[in-house]
Amino acid sequence: MTANMGHTGIQPGEVTAFLTDSTLCIGCKACEVACKEWNGIEADGMDFTGFSYDNTTALGHSTWRHVKFVEGTPEPGIGGNDAELMSWAFSSDVCKHCEVAGCLEACPTGSLVRTEFGGVYLQPDICNGCAYCVVACPFGVVQKNEDDGRAFKCTFCTDRQKAGLEPACAKACPTESIKFGRLEDIREETSKRMEVLRERGMADAQVYDPTETSVKGIHSIFILRGEPATYNLPAKPEVPTLYMKDAWRSAAIEAAAMVASVAAAFLFWKNSAQDGGR
Amino acid sequence: MSEGTQLREARLDEIRREAELTGRVDLTGVRPAGSPMPMASPQTGYYEQPLLKEPQWTPLIPLYFFVGGATGALGVIGSLADLLGAEEALALKARWMALAGAGISASLLIVDLGRPSRFLNMLRVFKPQSPMSVGSWVLSGFGASAALSSMADFVEAQMGDSGFASALRILGRTGSVIFGMPLHNYTGVLIGSTVIPVWNNRIRSLPREFGMSGLQSAACLLEVSGHSESSALNAIGLISAGFESWEGIDLLRNSDRALLPAKRGFSGLLVHLAGALSGPVPIALRIASLFAKDKKRLRRLAAISGIVGSLLLRYGWVHAGTLSARDWRLPLQIDAGKS
Repeated sequence: MTANMGHTGIQPGEVTAFLTDSTLCIGCKACEVACKEWNGIEADGMDFTGFSYDNTTALGHSTWRHVKFVEGTPEPGIGGNDAELMSWAFSSDVCKHCEVAGCLEACPTGSLVRTEFGGVYLQPDICNGCAYCVVACPFGVVQKNEDDGRAFKCTFCTDRQKAGLEPACAKACPTESIKFGRLEDIREETSKRMEVLRERGMADAQVYDPTETSVKGIHSIFILRGEPATYNLPAKPEVPTLYMKDAWRSAAIEAAAMVASVAAAFLFWKNSAQDGGR
Repeated sequence: MSEGTQLREARLDEIRREAELTGRVDLTGVRPAGSPMPMASPQTGYYEQPLLKEPQWTPLIPLYFFVGGATGALGVIGSLADLLGAEEALALKARWMALAGAGISASLLIVDLGRPSRFLNMLRVFKPQSPMSVGSWVLSGFGASAALSSMADFVEAQMGDSGFASALRILGRTGSVIFGMPLHNYTGVLIGSTVIPVWNNRIRSLPREFGMSGLQSAACLLEVSGHSESSALNAIGLISAGFESWEGIDLLRNSDRALLPAKRGFSGLLVHLAGALSGPVPIALRIASLFAKDKKRLRRLAAISGIVGSLLLRYGWVHAGTLSARDWRLPLQIDAGKS
């Protein structure tokens, strides 16, 4: 390995993050291609959706980076310069690597783990395809590959990170719309970038990093223009296990009620039906 | 000529003029109101594409929810009746059915896995925060207890009472009650603790509803297997059907938008049908059976109704979950206006 491979200098144990800045994204899909090539993911097929230049639609078992093409009503400034043109913005989506991850909580096999870089990694050699993580992700990222039988999602290029390399998508991004680094550095960079954008009068730019919800923050921070809903990002993502204690309490009370009913039934009607109705 | 028509005529003239002058039309097209042009916006989300992924379980999973629910309750009935010294034949049959149910449950779960050969990975770790993990351990514990319990029955039948047999018996019966309690209702916790809005919204009531449904189907299965004269089973059937009616009313009274898939369309029909078949219908039949001449026939009808209702309940709720995942508005907190 030579010096110009560009070692990130990030050691295992340091928490890393992405910053995906939609104000710099040009919609080239280099990240999607790089991700597919590096990770050897199968093709999605040739579909035409009619949703701008997006024929992939969403993240899934074979799409770990997904460029969104946000086409909307003409709005001067947003993605276009002309009041008559449709606004056009791009944003590359990826697994959020949540601080409190629904998929990680849900996984019964321990296939999903927290890595030494703070990301959430699915070990394909452990996954048995129970598909419970699929309904536990508040961002709809994890999906089971029905042909393969296992679930798949973004690995955060843990293999590359271990070798001191940045993730494939960040490396391939020609405009540095995808930045990678230590979480604290990325947060700092995010606020600096926001200052620059505000100075330039981009009033609708905002940071997407839901630290105030039960997800407690993500390792894939985004800079967006306008509402997160436009980018299919939930304003308030919640970990589904949030009310699980209440559910178990309900279950315990009902179970006690069942035992009481059964016991009462057999105690009170013990003698009236001794032969059991054979 | 109305004003609107005049505007459109003017627009056509404009396009013609541009074509004549430049040989092509560069003017931006006007989007006709209500045209199907896909849009991304705070009102339409991302081209109205669902954010959440649909559950990827096969139809074996709702069947497992039914079998597992009945199995857990059968274990409790078979063990408690025995410990209380009531209805020996019924209790013995309940225990054998519980053992068979545990086997069927495990088979259904394994076949549904994407990689069935890795089913033992379920027991690699114990994670209290994962209802799927808890459920796997509960089913394993129940299966072992049911096996011990039935082994005790077998040893007693073959060799009569012995210290060995009674040790097996105590261990098996206690385990069946302890593991049967969570087994018969944990599936409600399992689907409640997900991001699927219609399930997560009922996270507190699904464990109760699935649990009582499991109890009812256990009693009904015993009734159709030849114990349709047991008053205790009729009482259990009445209690559980009463509870299911109350849960059904509670669902109808809740007007949360997230619950629509459990109320409308095919999935709503299934849930409603399930509610009727495991609530008011068996109650009426069971009460009638107390006074009618043909008691057995009415009890059998009530039992069949309860079993079908319990089965439909799981299919209805799972199907509702699939539809709920497709609702792109809910997770984005976009007001539906009209749903």
